[in-house]
Amino acid sequence: MAAHSLLSRDRAEAGSIVSRFSPENEALAREIIARYPRPKSAIIPLCHLVQEEHGYLTDDGMAHVAELVGVTAAQVQGTASFYEMFKRHETGRYVLGICTNISCLVLGGAELLARAEERLGIRSGSTTADGRITLEDTECLAACTDAPMCQVNYRYFGGLSDSDFDELLDDLASGAIDEVVPPHGTLARVRQHIPDDRVANIGPPEVQVAPEWFTRREAEMAAPEGEG
Amino acid sequence: MGYRDHHSVFGAAEGTPLVVSSRFGAPDGHTLDGYKASGSYDGYQALDRVLGMAPSKVVATVRDASLLGRGGAGFPAGVKWGFMPPDVQPRYIVVNGDESEPGTYKDRLLMERDPHQLIEGCLIAAYAVGASQVFLYVRGEMAHAQERIAAALNEAYAAGLVGRNIAGTDFSVDIVMAWGAGAYIVGEETALIESLEGERGMPRLKPPYFPAAKGLYMAPTIVNNVETLSNLPWLFNHGVEEYLKTGTEASPGTRLIALSGHVNRPGVYEIPQGTTTFEDLFYGDDYGQGIRDGNELKMFIPGGGSAPWFYPEQVGMALEGKVVGGAGSMLGSGAVVVMDDTTDAVAACLRLVRFYARESCGKCTPCREGTTWLERILRRIIDGHGRPEDLGLLESVGDNISPGPYPTPPGRPRGSRRSPSRPSRPRSARWARRRWRRSPRRCVASDRSSMPTSPTRRRIRSRGRR
Ligand SMILES: Cc1cc2nc3c(=O)[nH]c(=O)nc-3n(C[C@H](O)[C@H](O)[C@H](O)COP(=O)(O)O)c2cc1C
Ligand code: SF4
Ligand code: FES
Repeated sequence: MAAHSLLSRDRAEAGSIVSRFSPENEALAREIIARYPRPKSAIIPLCHLVQEEHGYLTDDGMAHVAELVGVTAAQVQGTASFYEMFKRHETGRYVLGICTNISCLVLGGAELLARAEERLGIRSGSTTADGRITLEDTECLAACTDAPMCQVNYRYFGGLSDSDFDELLDDLASGAIDEVVPPHGTLARVRQHIPDDRVANIGPPEVQVAPEWFTRREAEMAAPEGEG
Repeated sequence: MGYRDHHSVFGAAEGTPLVVSSRFGAPDGHTLDGYKASGSYDGYQALDRVLGMAPSKVVATVRDASLLGRGGAGFPAGVKWGFMPPDVQPRYIVVNGDESEPGTYKDRLLMERDPHQLIEGCLIAAYAVGASQVFLYVRGEMAHAQERIAAALNEAYAAGLVGRNIAGTDFSVDIVMAWGAGAYIVGEETALIESLEGERGMPRLKPPYFPAAKGLYMAPTIVNNVETLSNLPWLFNHGVEEYLKTGTEASPGTRLIALSGHVNRPGVYEIPQGTTTFEDLFYGDDYGQGIRDGNELKMFIPGGGSAPWFYPEQVGMALEGKVVGGAGSMLGSGAVVVMDDTTDAVAACLRLVRFYARESCGKCTPCREGTTWLERILRRIIDGHGRPEDLGLLESVGDNISPGPYPTPPGRPRGSRRSPSRPSRPRSARWARRRWRRSPRRCVASDRSSMPTSPTRRRIRSRGRR
């Protein structure tokens, strides 16, 4: 089975550390799955959760996601490999993404990237030897009015002059902003929770009918001359 | 520390009603209390009004207001809602918060600064079409927007404003936040739906997969942009008549425009649709305040990375979908990128072409292979190895991706185009071809170019002389 071969490769790579969800995260994963009409829809959020726990998308993690949503591990990998944010290898504590798309480009984005490459001594796409920073050249991050800009673990820093940027690099290297920026893999630190007694109507599409409120209101409230 | 978090400039001209951006400056505008306290109407008051109307009347109101989609195509929301086949259940609402078109920055601001306005908009839409569930899909890279939306949903659920028995009535619907993982093409509505189903984010064929008929889980689904839905609370609080007072007949209301690049005051501005010109936007005191360093404008992108470029000749044009469309470009996602005369146009073009090459989902061969070809050809030109025949080659590769002259005349079948995204792929390159006919080709052929010579151009020129 696909899941098996993935598992063994992961063990070989990670020195047999089994990187499945912790019990807390497994509970969280089940809560996320329950919010969708079909479990498979939770694949992307759950892959993020694997990255949050392990820093990158581990084979064991994907196998666990597959079990929870009821597909094969290969299907999870098939989906995940489409998306840029899912990393299949360990990254630095920080993933530093410098936007070089159009609005940033015309205001020095490419120069910032070159500066980062030089100062960190690595090419974009790789990680510093001390494992702190992975450098990326990213696409537009919807902060174009504050160019040139970058993201560190998906937190924004904008309007960067060369000296600002050098300072940011120093702080990333020294750990001075470890408190502010969580490790790679952690996205939102606030999660949606739907209290059980507040859930309206979540279930597979097959069992859904027209909401009662809709049928009733349409019948009672649509004025005779109103548009039907 | 000297560096700072990202911050944004936003604003509007005196007299423009702040339909969607009224709480951008409020420090607590993102909280339920802040939403309830600010603005001329209490938060969730529009929902109360809507709950007193028949759902079909809500659809009719939105149609009367000609609320145009703000995600790119500008399709009227009320008309789209009416496309749902009657009596087919369930129905879903999917909110497109994937904002990733180069230069576009407004949905993130709306999600971070005014999540309750969006949630109220979602509720109104769900009520109007009888949706079973709403999915709010936020772009993966927007961690802060995800936090704000999650927090706002938690607050709204706790306050009885989302979920079972909303505001004490029988109206009940869940709103679930979903989030992506980095793929531009997922902004396309059918790809977004694939992604929501846990698949690779590749577009579906249209027809038959128009979301309103066959969308999420093959059920009728309305996909609307964040800004589109954020208009709804204001619309229902103030009424259609008031809404129609701003903008033009064809494009009423306001629009958020992200003005970036070489202007003195880049920012996100709420402008009346159709009456503001690019000139107002670039030079007006309320907006861009002129080109940086007193430089000359060289060109600009009127509507996001996929839009063909405009030149100083077109600055007098109004930001109005039909006008810009008629001139061969599009207003798209409201992203205006200004480039002054120091800009290396070919390098800028290459960057956009590279974006489309990187982000091609790979489903259609002409796009997957062609965008990479375009990138390579432009790259070799920039590197000084351009050949005169490269111009024709760019043209031919572009035609294979999206055949026919651009803009495609109405009704003209678009040849082999399979995905709705394909026409955007070669636009940057098509821009290059057009522009090159006008000047860089002259750069290649002769010395008469009036354009300032950048190193790149000099390389092309010397190459051309050989
Ligand atoms: C390649 C491509 C990318 C798109 N990206 C986005 C996007 O990031 N956000 C968005 O709202 N719409 C995007 N759209 C448009 C959507 O397909 C869809 O038309 C829109 O979300 C509908 O909402 P509206 O009618 O409210 O504008 C994109 C379309 C294409 C073809
Ligand atoms: S045109 Fe390109 S991005 Fe669109 S579906 Fe085809 S391959 Fe994918
Ligand atoms: S172009 Fe850099 S954030 Fe948009």
